[in-house]
Amino acid sequence: MNELLRKFPRSMESLLDILHAIQDADPQHHLSDEALQAAAEYLGAPLSEVVSTATFYTMYSRMPRGRHIIRLCESPPCQLLGGETLLDILAEDLGVAVGETAPDGAFTLETTSCLGACAEGPAMMVDDRIYGALTKEKVLSVIAEVRRSDATR
Amino acid sequence: MQPGSRAPAKETRIVLENCGRIDPESLSEAVKAGAYKAVTQVVREKRPSAEITAEIKRSGLRGRGGAGFPTGVKWSFTAPGDVKYIVCNADEGEPGTFKDRLILEGDPHKLLEGMMLAGYAVGASKGYVYIRGEYSLSIRRIQKAIDDARAGGYLGDAVLGSSFAFDIEVKKGAGAYVCGEETSLIESIEGKRGYPRLKPPYPGSVGLWKKPTVVNNVETLANVPAIIARGADWFRGFGTASSPGTKVFQILGDVETPKAVEVEMGTPLRTLIEAFGGGIRAGKRFKAALLGGAAGAIVGPGALEMPMDFDGAKERGGVLGSGAILVLDEDASVVELLHGILRFFRHESCGQCVPCRVGASVLVTLSERIRSGAATADDLERLVEVARTMQATSLCPLGQSPILPIQTAVDSFREEFEARMAKPCGAGA
Ligand SMILES: Cc1cc2nc3c(=O)[nH]c(=O)nc-3n(C[C@H](O)[C@H](O)[C@H](O)COP(=O)(O)O)c2cc1C
Ligand code: SF4
Ligand code: FES
Repeated sequence: MNELLRKFPRSMESLLDILHAIQDADPQHHLSDEALQAAAEYLGAPLSEVVSTATFYTMYSRMPRGRHIIRLCESPPCQLLGGETLLDILAEDLGVAVGETAPDGAFTLETTSCLGACAEGPAMMVDDRIYGALTKEKVLSVIAEVRRSDATR
Repeated sequence: MQPGSRAPAKETRIVLENCGRIDPESLSEAVKAGAYKAVTQVVREKRPSAEITAEIKRSGLRGRGGAGFPTGVKWSFTAPGDVKYIVCNADEGEPGTFKDRLILEGDPHKLLEGMMLAGYAVGASKGYVYIRGEYSLSIRRIQKAIDDARAGGYLGDAVLGSSFAFDIEVKKGAGAYVCGEETSLIESIEGKRGYPRLKPPYPGSVGLWKKPTVVNNVETLANVPAIIARGADWFRGFGTASSPGTKVFQILGDVETPKAVEVEMGTPLRTLIEAFGGGIRAGKRFKAALLGGAAGAIVGPGALEMPMDFDGAKERGGVLGSGAILVLDEDASVVELLHGILRFFRHESCGQCVPCRVGASVLVTLSERIRSGAATADDLERLVEVARTMQATSLCPLGQSPILPIQTAVDSFREEFEARMAKPCGAGA
């Protein structure tokens, strides 16, 4: 953790970057109490300030999440193209509701506002990759592909 | 609506001129395509900084982040001081908008040069690009461009060996639409919650770290190099008298060929939809369009001749906003569209002030009643009332925004709302 923190200037300006880095390095993609404490100590800032920032932004999670995070766009342009039905398909295939993590720890299902991929909507993000022109078949094949590549690692 | 004309409609590209034509990760290709020509000239000739601001003022360039505020005027309002900042707003969260991403990914050096010229003009030596966290490729590309520009002597303590110092840093957002609002964005760079500040004071006098700060949109800044290289008169040769230049529009939804195009300001909405968007999908008829994103206006067929520039759109009850144009065909539902918009606002309200926090939630409840057929005429009136109250009492423009899509939707499509009330959902046509 300290090695990770040392890359950043000791200024509140680094906080968002630090939170991103901690979360990206965490296998469960979340910000634990200890991590926030470490960040606060490193910056010499009150823990309450660090927590206040960490809980404001949707990309940060205080709850442990899966190895992969699926974020389906639910903004009007994607919805108009049938994005809403895809949520049910994802929820069923993964066996989770929005905000939940599958028991095997593979996936967390989330929704997001517009991802800027609207010309190829409906769109979703899996980790930091964007997939567009989604249909039921494409959604299922993307998930299957991620599962396969996990199995071979 | 007739299908689009056969002849391919021609774009007029300024900010997107190199996108898709050069390798965005190559400094030398960018330079060959004209990057850093304007700033090199300015620095070598030691042009007075006030001249640069004056040229931008004369060009009539207006902010492409949505509000259309004259860029040169904004720069000239920057308070005096030793330390000032240029902040590029690349938070791009308005639903249906991805024009800034195209510039960030396709021609990052153009943006950097625009920021350098802004810095030169107002006397800032540090710039930040605040990019939404979801834009991983944009973040990588702009970071590489900055590294290359530093190595090439374009950025640093002595830009091209001159006495002008300018450097740029990337700041990554973390998922909050409200951080696109300039004061919220500043709070976020400072490492805090993205709560909007009360204005005034404006960032031009009290901005980042309380220093005078210019906040401009990506597309705005990407127009600057060409204006300085070719002059304000050249720029005024495009667009309309009050909105010179071009605008990038994103044509989406029920059209044959959804895409982004850069055209002259004042291009009619019909041309955008028919000639560039390929017309309505599957030969259907046009019903409505949401202009400018969630904080936009919902217009019907009567608006098709609307000239798409800041004033032309406004005069006819539209809005340019981010340049997003979401098209609905005859089968789509305005009630559902509005519901999606209101859910967006509820989700993105930052919760700092009560009218917006509570109001955004009440709007969704009312809209839910309408779409499920449980609403009365009173509920429709309340929808408008609540949004009006939010407009009057919310702290930042986010809470002041829902009235526009609500009012325009109810004005143009009242029968559709009333039809939903008469019978339960699913019973109607
Ligand atoms: C809720 C909200 C979200 C905004 N989002 C953006 C955005 O994503 N990008 C942007 O450039 N401006 C956005 N703005 C406008 C900015 O506050 C600001 O006016 C703009 O960045 C100024 O740049 P310009 O003068 O070059 O247009 C937003 C405003 C509000 C109220
Ligand atoms: S109007 Fe809404 S988004 Fe703006 S400060 Fe108030 S709660 Fe936050
Ligand atoms: S609306 Fe879904 S990506 Fe833009």
